[in-house]
Amino acid sequence: MFPELNNLLNTTPDRAEQGKLTLLCDAKTDGSFLVHHFLSFYLKANCKVCFVALIQSFSHYNIVGQKLGVSLTTARERGQLVFLEGLKSSVDVFFRAQEEPHPLQFLREANAETLQPLYEFVREALKPVDSGEAAWRYPVLLVDDLSVLLSLGVGVVAVLDFVHYCRATVCWELKGNMVALVHDSVDTEDEENDVLLNGLSHQSHLILRAEGLATGFCRDVHGQLTILWRRALRTTAQREQILTYQYKIQDKNVSFFARGMSPAVL
Amino acid sequence: MAAVPTCGTGAGGTGPLAAATSKNNVTSFQRKGSRASGTDSGGSRLVSIAGTRPSVRNGQLLVSTGLPALDQLLGGGIAVGTVLLIEEDKYNIYSPLLFKYFLAEGIISRHSLLVASAKEDPANILQELPAPFLDDNCKKEFDEDACNHKTPEPNIEMKIAWRYQLLPKMEAGPVSSSRFGHYYDVSKRIPQELIEASRWHGFFLPEKLSSSLEVEPCSLAHGYLKLLKFIQSIIYEEGFDGSNPQKKQKNILRIGIQNLGSPLWGDDICCTENCSNSHSLTKFLYVLRGLLRTSLSVCVITVPSHLIQNKAVIARVTNLSDTVVGLESFIGSEKETNPLYKDYHGLIHIRQIPRLNNLTCDVSDVKDLGFKLKRKQFTIEVYRDYPESWLKAESTRKMFTCLGLCFVDYTKAFTCVDHNKLWITLRRVRIPEHLTVFMQTCIDQGAVV
Repeated sequence: MFPELNNLLNTTPDRAEQGKLTLLCDAKTDGSFLVHHFLSFYLKANCKVCFVALIQSFSHYNIVGQKLGVSLTTARERGQLVFLEGLKSSVDVFFRAQEEPHPLQFLREANAETLQPLYEFVREALKPVDSGEAAWRYPVLLVDDLSVLLSLGVGVVAVLDFVHYCRATVCWELKGNMVALVHDSVDTEDEENDVLLNGLSHQSHLILRAEGLATGFCRDVHGQLTILWRRALRTTAQREQILTYQYKIQDKNVSFFARGMSPAVL
Repeated sequence: MAAVPTCGTGAGGTGPLAAATSKNNVTSFQRKGSRASGTDSGGSRLVSIAGTRPSVRNGQLLVSTGLPALDQLLGGGIAVGTVLLIEEDKYNIYSPLLFKYFLAEGIISRHSLLVASAKEDPANILQELPAPFLDDNCKKEFDEDACNHKTPEPNIEMKIAWRYQLLPKMEAGPVSSSRFGHYYDVSKRIPQELIEASRWHGFFLPEKLSSSLEVEPCSLAHGYLKLLKFIQSIIYEEGFDGSNPQKKQKNILRIGIQNLGSPLWGDDICCTENCSNSHSLTKFLYVLRGLLRTSLSVCVITVPSHLIQNKAVIARVTNLSDTVVGLESFIGSEKETNPLYKDYHGLIHIRQIPRLNNLTCDVSDVKDLGFKLKRKQFTIEVYRDYPESWLKAESTRKMFTCLGLCFVDYTKAFTCVDHNKLWITLRRVRIPEHLTVFMQTCIDQGAVV
């Protein structure tokens, strides 16, 4: 996790809020550093994490996680991390007929109507264990990323239903958190993606949006991060709070600064 | 509903399942030297594969694209287990060259090849590969080549426009006999004995389609489905993914797929905007990447993206590939007669570079890249558009007249500065209030000025 981002979000692993949906979106840049942040954050907070990783392989997250101070292999062996590796499983699902429904069953279907097997997998992974062993603090579901489900033939309504079911189970029933990454297709007219992004923006409590600079590539400022907190309806006195920072990604850390205050400029 | 989810061998199981599932864990993403993850003993053998080298940044195993200049732009080469997508130029003249460079590099480095095409027989494609430059002849060939073109780069040292001299130069000739990245002569064909000594598999769609179609529909165009099954069978039988007990492979499989997405594969995304099955190509790329990540292979695909009418599909295809390079040729466009580009045949755009095992990636600082097909070689150079003002500055220097210049990139400065501080500064400097308010409302409300 990045200590500076924790300061900006005003959280620490010990006293993070529960029952929240956090939406990560990126536009014209790669927002995967936010996924690495939240993965290491929740593992350090001693939570049970279910990570649906559809984009990269396990070793990629593991190596970056080691730079950020968590070991995914140890977490997996201890039972703290349940990792669904999309790329590897897709080969199994696609080429070998499975007897029982597989979470990535939709790959074999022409037009996947539902993501229920995936939801069942998540629910099974995060259900509280009654044996009284070392209890984890609360469950967390991390999805990287939801836009790729649209590319794989799943309808946008099915994806929204999946998010809704997961939120009901993880956030409300189990008092855990959920974090999902969606790409923002700014000028590519991807209507399904826009529907998904709008739908999730309304449901989420915290939105982190990473954008590339409007003027293009810059060596010292890699992009701009907008943080948006949404308040519940009861407290309408407090309006939505929006903060914008610029960031630079380094080898093991990401540094954040106010706009125009990049160390390279000063 | 079963109590325990069965996720095949891939999903992260809990507890004792984890140990059992790690048997198929041969990936190319292994850190050199630190094998803390305890995977099988593939770590030591990866270093000794011919034609590969570890990346400087993250120890990732890299192979050459066949063009050392392109390797330099991509951060050293293509990582094993990834896909390089080449967006074809408009008339498909230059992208087949990059494709052939990649295959020729595979033959010289003694890698296995898998060539797939719906248009041309792979055997014919291999016959047309360029011949490698041999070290003793190379110097003579390059000198000859240089004399034929007038050198536009002045050797005069620039005193004012000195920043242009600091721009990186691309490697144009063979440095010495290196085992990673070779130079090829496009005017000659590769010797027949090299092709015969190499191990290659061809996939020519018209031949494969003649056999009966399997019944199982899964929304992939049948060309893609057959190709995926072919690739998977080669990877398994030749042992590139380590799961075949009889075969222990210590080599890389180079997969080249030409014109993916064209109607010849049975896909209609290049024909209409609202195609019946727009997920065919994206699903294919996803499963292909899954195959590559779990084996010692690398793939180069050329896609006629200028024909794809649905922009959303292009964006999805880009997101699903690791490295994306686009070629833009000047033929038939107004840039052909533009004096700025007179030395080049087109532009090359590095659209995406993957971040593998790392938070950052090696993005090249240079964005203005042009390519030129010379008589014997395809070169990539930083194109220098000397603005008129810089040349004027150099000429005034020679005439010993005084000249003061200041260059500020206002657009970049504007985005990087906090706007509130700008308004405060304008007010402090006593700009009339109505002008400041006008500018502030324009910018804050997002009006385009």
